[in-house]
Amino acid sequence: MYPAEFEYFSPATVNEALDLLARHGDDAKILAGGQSLLPMMKLRIASPRYLVDVNGIEALAGLRREGDRLVIGALCRHADIAASSLVREHLPIMWDAANLTADVQVRNRGTVAGSLAHADPAGDWPAALLALDTMVTIAGPDGIRTTPLGEFIVDAYTTQLGASEMVTDVSVGIPPEPNGGAYVKFEKRAGDFAVASVGVQIELDEHEHCRSVAITLGALGPTPLRAGSAEALLRGSALLRGSSVAGSASDSAPDSALNGASAERLVEAERLVRDAADPFADTRGSVAYKRHLAGVLFRRAFAVALDRAHGRTVATLHP
Amino acid sequence: MPQISITVNGKVRKARVEPRLLLVHFLREQLLLTGTHVGCDTSQCGACTVLIDGRSAKSCTIFAVQASGSKVTTIEGLATDGALHPLQEGFWEEHGLQCGYCTPGMILSAVNLLKDTPRPTERQIREGIAGNFCRCTGYQHIVNAIQHAAKKGLPKRAKRARRTPKAAASAATGGR
Repeated sequence: MYPAEFEYFSPATVNEALDLLARHGDDAKILAGGQSLLPMMKLRIASPRYLVDVNGIEALAGLRREGDRLVIGALCRHADIAASSLVREHLPIMWDAANLTADVQVRNRGTVAGSLAHADPAGDWPAALLALDTMVTIAGPDGIRTTPLGEFIVDAYTTQLGASEMVTDVSVGIPPEPNGGAYVKFEKRAGDFAVASVGVQIELDEHEHCRSVAITLGALGPTPLRAGSAEALLRGSALLRGSSVAGSASDSAPDSALNGASAERLVEAERLVRDAADPFADTRGSVAYKRHLAGVLFRRAFAVALDRAHGRTVATLHP
Repeated sequence: MPQISITVNGKVRKARVEPRLLLVHFLREQLLLTGTHVGCDTSQCGACTVLIDGRSAKSCTIFAVQASGSKVTTIEGLATDGALHPLQEGFWEEHGLQCGYCTPGMILSAVNLLKDTPRPTERQIREGIAGNFCRCTGYQHIVNAIQHAAKKGLPKRAKRARRTPKAAASAATGGR
């Protein structure tokens, strides 16, 4: 399959890229990893007349820590995140997402920033990063601006990125210890998009109470969603005190280790998560099935996030 | 048309290409390196997997012009001086193929895996080749083949273990 013809540009700087976008605007697309764009171009779902390949812009490469934030350059690949010890130690929810995105070959080329800019409702990065303090840096003709991820994605495949703007990096706040996060995804076959996915990020206070919690849902609405009322129920609660849910990345294990009140609270939170989901029926499942999955995946992600907050190393891959 | 220069299996190859030319078509139709296969052509099956600067990638999902300045390794570039690469040998010894269509991509994914994880568990192998479909074997013999290679280790240059019978070379490259 051949894409429609296009003119190809390979700018060396962000300013050169912005000049090209200013000139060609709506007819141009940015090419970073290309792992969503090329399949769309081959199927002629997308037929940009101009392609601005940003892979030669050195300033966009890399993954670095700046104070208490992790800065992910626009050319940072999924595989770079999967290989980062900083991510593995401090942001395991991102490590989960990096390792659950598509397959090895796609992870070697696809970028985190590109995944956010593409805003696929079933994408992994939008859901995982919404559970963190994530800011998107956008360069455009009027300079640089930053926007929270929750505002950046406005609808399915739609962001607030203008035609003459580009994402230059994504930055994530490194949460204070003790904290734990997990991203869990259910897929019909290896490497597929999510049927549903859930991210949980928990911070504990000195009494091991829940200082803050974020619960995010992927492939369960047109955009990634926050389960706000479930978060409110768990925030500040003693739910976590003395809990031990080691090795409990399954449906049955967590309750026994929690005291009765905590278990009830968790059941109620699960119900609120199911209510927060707003899925659509497609070949991957019915609305009822996906809503059910939201609750199940929440339990799994919550158990792993809590374990990690207590310093245990737990894997979520392929539960 | 842009001028590109790609080092393919150690040889610098220059050409003028249309920007929309996919790397897999450049390899197969212009360089006649037909060991890299086109399977699904939708970035799923992994038959077109090659190494770009040492990392596995689907050559149906990258334009040739994007690979300019890079080093590309295809299945034709793995054997050294007529000796099979340990992974090719593994697929030969362990019967890691039936029709052979997925084999080149499968082997290059396995090269990427063993570079990162020289002694993979069975689960790591299965995750490492999750981007490559095989519709014949049921995967078990492929896993065995990769384990065979992992036991031998990936030398910089493959050991001159066995002369390549023509049939073996043909099987291990897909022979298409």
